[in-house]
Amino acid sequence: MDTSENILHQASPGLARGSDTARNAKAARLSPSFISWLQAGPMMLVFLAFFLIPLVFVVIVSFWDYNEYQLLPAFSGRGYSDTFEGCIAQLPDLCTIGKTYLKTLKLCFMVWAITLFIGFWVAYFLAFHVKSKTWQMGLSLLCTIPFWTSNVIRMIAWIPLLGRNGLVNSGLVKTGLINQPVEWLLYSEFSVVLALVHLFTFFMVVPIFNSMVRIDKSLIEAAYDAGATGFQTLVNVVIPLAKPGIVIGSIFVITIVMGDFITIGVMGGQQIAAAGKIIETRLNALQFPAAAANAVILLAITFLIITMMSRIVDIRKEL
Amino acid sequence: MTETTRTTGVSRRTLLKGTAGLAGLAAGSGAITGFPYVKSAETKVLRYLGTAVNEGDDISKQCLKDTGIKIEYITATTDDVTKRVMTQPNSFDVLDTEYFSLKKLVPSGNILALDAKKIKEFDNITPVFTKGETPGGKKIGNQGTAPWKVLYLEGKDSKTFAKSATEFVTLIPTVYNADTLGIRPDLIKRPISSWSELLNPEFKGKASILNIPSIGIMDAAMVVEATGKYKYADKGNMTKEEIDLTMKVMTEAKKAGQFRAFWKDFNESVNLMASGETVIQSMWSPAVTKVRSMGIACTFQPLKEGYRSWASGFCVSKGVSGAKLDWAYEFVNWFLSGYAGAYLNRQGYYSAVLSTAKAHMEPYEWAYWMEGKPAEKDIKAPDGSLLEKAGAVRDGGSYEDRMGAVACWNAVMDENDYMVRKWNEFIAA
Repeated sequence: MDTSENILHQASPGLARGSDTARNAKAARLSPSFISWLQAGPMMLVFLAFFLIPLVFVVIVSFWDYNEYQLLPAFSGRGYSDTFEGCIAQLPDLCTIGKTYLKTLKLCFMVWAITLFIGFWVAYFLAFHVKSKTWQMGLSLLCTIPFWTSNVIRMIAWIPLLGRNGLVNSGLVKTGLINQPVEWLLYSEFSVVLALVHLFTFFMVVPIFNSMVRIDKSLIEAAYDAGATGFQTLVNVVIPLAKPGIVIGSIFVITIVMGDFITIGVMGGQQIAAAGKIIETRLNALQFPAAAANAVILLAITFLIITMMSRIVDIRKEL
Repeated sequence: MTETTRTTGVSRRTLLKGTAGLAGLAAGSGAITGFPYVKSAETKVLRYLGTAVNEGDDISKQCLKDTGIKIEYITATTDDVTKRVMTQPNSFDVLDTEYFSLKKLVPSGNILALDAKKIKEFDNITPVFTKGETPGGKKIGNQGTAPWKVLYLEGKDSKTFAKSATEFVTLIPTVYNADTLGIRPDLIKRPISSWSELLNPEFKGKASILNIPSIGIMDAAMVVEATGKYKYADKGNMTKEEIDLTMKVMTEAKKAGQFRAFWKDFNESVNLMASGETVIQSMWSPAVTKVRSMGIACTFQPLKEGYRSWASGFCVSKGVSGAKLDWAYEFVNWFLSGYAGAYLNRQGYYSAVLSTAKAHMEPYEWAYWMEGKPAEKDIKAPDGSLLEKAGAVRDGGSYEDRMGAVACWNAVMDENDYMVRKWNEFIAA
């Protein structure tokens, strides 16, 4: 908890150091660490009640047995052994879970790389090229537009655009660029990545933008004065200082894409496997322990990725 | 409703008297409204958990009018209905669910069987449910969880399905239908007569199947059997080897790019078909109707191997007793008394008690929907929109022809767990 205290102190030094006498009198009775706990308390309770405790249940249930209609609270590794069924026997071919995660990771990597590229430059533009605060606000709000539509609307909207008889295909056919409608525009990895990028780039833009506006402009001026080219400034000044934003944005995008199955299902024509989809199928078949086991595996893998990323950048130190 | 009107009438009259004064008014309205309030505390409310199939607003309105029972719909997908019965049995009163889920629901002990003797029309329920044959005497295929296999329990609290008729009925039948492939005749331009066409390379990249394992595997089995690759002892209860074989055939087709997409809900299936992404796919009857109502040609194609059928019915939560149980019986009896049956028949489903539904339909409607005759007049949906122009004939023809050609029923297999795993493998392939 020391680190969270540090964060709190750094984030709101005024609160902890409070200078007027009334507060000093109070602080004499309440130690600073107690106040920190009090400040972090509500969030911690919410976290405990709605995240940690349910998570513990998920882990427990994942080790239970089950039949067609109920959970059997006896220790069983069946949820896990079923999930990894054939992983050794089918070598060198990948088993279901292997294929699924390979596909999920591939989609995840593509979406991450593209959202990072687009998100970085959008944030760069907002932070360094838009001078007025009002315009910065207005333009960032523009980025939220994808959130104004629901999944259902998107589902219906993409088909007339990308479908076999859709706008893009009929346009291409009419201009004579292609003779036959292109099939891979819809219900393919392409359409999945397109939809995910469209949805989640914003999650990259916000944290990166946030890091970038905090960069002291005099640092950039100093770089220019020292004779650095624009590219050198970018690589040696802007990117290192925007790193926390990049990592936070990446965590957002990666955790969402790893667990997504609705967008992948709708845009992939239900033909592309997703880690989340396996969990849903198991839940629908009332196989809760198997679903829980898959959830634990997904969590572990996502956690692993995030740990690796926070190895690269210590977010807590950089904030 | 009448009570409420009277209340306001009386208070208005009291108001008009005016001279009675404020105290008199309060006392008066209190004394008079007291009576209907006692009654309204007893407002008959039933929480109705089910899929959207039977949950029409018109049905609940008519029910309130006829019986005074207020129906509160809780709508969920088939899978979620089952999940809810398992995990929150006290969150509903009346359950409307499919027969194939009974293999999971009955052992859980969360539902209560109904007493056949208290169901007025029970003896008039179509023999499709009780004997496994059409009223005309055609034998119906019994593969899968056919309703007559799970219709009765051995005793009130028994968890065993009875072999012969008892008075304890698991689900009082309400609605059922025979499903087949939907096709776009304008794009296919030739007759389709077999399930095997789903895997015909001619339709490469233009076919679809539904991604709900328990139903999808049945459609897959119809296809495999139609191609002549294998003949199942019971498509609704496959062995592990049979599941492997079925999924292998489907996986090969998937890898060869046969399927444009899989669909999971009603609207997806409508979109796929209406946009021309697919020209042949497993489909549900109202989805075909929806595509057609958009002015796009779509046929619910009868096939020589027969239909895959499903059926649903009513039971109550184990928590229902006393007056509420009486209301539940009253509601079920009302449901079978004709209005709801006619409503369902007009959507292309079938009602469990045919005689009462017939009495609530116009003769030309009955002739079109049930007898397979050309429509004498324009056929309208329950909401009044035009479904078919005069002269049209229902796909698949009459009730006898359609239900008589049922080959198998939606099912939960003994190897359900294995099947679900294999289905995930199929999707990942």
